Amino acid sequence: MTTGGDQRSRAIAAGPRPVRPRLAAGLLYRIQHLLAPNGFYRWLAGWLEASRSRYRFFAATERTVKNQVFGCRMCGQCTLPVTGYSCPMTCPKQLRNGPCGGVGSDGSCEVYPELRCVWLTAYERAGQHGRVTDLTLLQRPVDQRGWGQSSWVNYWQHRDDDLWTADDGLARAPGIWRSDPVQPVHPELPVHPELPVHPGLPVHPGLPAGRR
Amino acid sequence: MTRGPAAGPAASSRPAGAPSRLRSRLESGETTVTAELSPPRGADPDAVRRNLGPLRDWVDAVNITDGQSAHVRLSNWAGSLLALAAGVEPVMQITCRDRNRIALQSDLLSAAALGIPNVVVMTGDHPRFGDHPDAKPVFDLDSVQLLWAARTMRDEGRLLSGRRLDPPPGWLIGAVENPFAPPAGFRAARLGKKIAAGAEFVQTQFVFDLPAFTQWMAGVRDLGLDQRCKILAGVGPIRSLRALEHLRGNVPGISIPDEVDRRLRGVPASQMAAEGQAVCAEIIAQVLQIPGVSGVHVMAPGFDRGIPEILDQAGLARSSTAGGQHAH
Repeated sequence: MTTGGDQRSRAIAAGPRPVRPRLAAGLLYRIQHLLAPNGFYRWLAGWLEASRSRYRFFAATERTVKNQVFGCRMCGQCTLPVTGYSCPMTCPKQLRNGPCGGVGSDGSCEVYPELRCVWLTAYERAGQHGRVTDLTLLQRPVDQRGWGQSSWVNYWQHRDDDLWTADDGLARAPGIWRSDPVQPVHPELPVHPELPVHPGLPVHPGLPAGRR
Repeated sequence: MTRGPAAGPAASSRPAGAPSRLRSRLESGETTVTAELSPPRGADPDAVRRNLGPLRDWVDAVNITDGQSAHVRLSNWAGSLLALAAGVEPVMQITCRDRNRIALQSDLLSAAALGIPNVVVMTGDHPRFGDHPDAKPVFDLDSVQLLWAARTMRDEGRLLSGRRLDPPPGWLIGAVENPFAPPAGFRAARLGKKIAAGAEFVQTQFVFDLPAFTQWMAGVRDLGLDQRCKILAGVGPIRSLRALEHLRGNVPGISIPDEVDRRLRGVPASQMAAEGQAVCAEIIAQVLQIPGVSGVHVMAPGFDRGIPEILDQAGLARSSTAGGQHAH
């Protein structure tokens, strides 16, 4: 077993590699209820965001825990609850919407044949708990400014509410836009070096009338 | 809910781009045939014309690949323009491997402006398998998200940024799917995601394993997806022992049943090409019997000139008049 630090350096050098979660999905589905947004968590998130050092400490803790368990790379917009707690950002292609066509017949990753496809892991883990339909949700594009942010804080602040949507099966399909994309909270936080967060970047334009 | 741009009329003007004959063919309910061409590795514009010439009267459209297998080739849009010049309707493939969302949307817009009437969207092979394994992969969007972006550009007349497109592009949007890769139980649902995102037709990975394909099609029909999307079964000839072993050993996601393997190995090497073509023609005839299959997508890298013969063997010869009917 490698340490989180090793894994991080390797991830930076070679891009994402599939990681098998180290905790059972059933346990994580139960923990999820404990983390569900409520008044307290919302207050906590605001309190953390009010101080750079508090936020940094909290995000570093989140990174350590989630990296150990899921190989988390801190995209800041977590889909784990609807991917059987198998992280799609550890897919070498970072696919958010299911497995590519290159999965080996033995379930191996196309890029790292010695490792298991994260989406196959997701399918099996979700399936054990009757949650396969989670995987049919359409995952909106990643906001690349979110790297390094605490996704727990974003979750409690309801910024992640529309990361994904269901196929509504109607003629008018769901919109691709998120209502409240992540925005730099503390842009000086250490982030994935390939994906710099630009300080001072304006918040997603939110499609103001002037730009239509 | 999303605070995206309000619904309603997108842009005032008509969608731009040439009308898609492939769309008409798919909507007509007649058997549709597409083929696939990797543009040349070299600067000879005539190479595309030479390769496509023999196919002109046999197929409805030809995919022009986008750095297939992560190898450098002439670009997808340039190859598509050369196909147009050769009188063949192109289907421009576009992958998420080499471009971020800015470049993807630019290239999609360019395709419409240049008269490329069809696009097929896919994630793309990882650079690790290509001729530049040292390249940086992009994967800013995945295939479902790019299909979704393309549909949004066309139907809502807007970019991912929300900015208006005037006029919006008008292409037919396609996807790919591999019915044979695990998890088998999710492959039909994954096509469903692509259709929800915007795919109007899909071309599949090579079909050699008919029982597995038939089972996948049953799942597709159960979800009603064949009513929302046209399905073209991917087919192609295995013409040598080397090709057979390459497909079995080196190409992930391809399933070759032992029965097909035995049959190809059972003939002398000199007859293997003919046997491979015969197997391909039989598979074409068989997949077209499966309810919900609208046609075939023929992939014969390096053997484009042989496609008419295979189609002829499969009973898909066309009359000599352009846009002619099947002769069978």
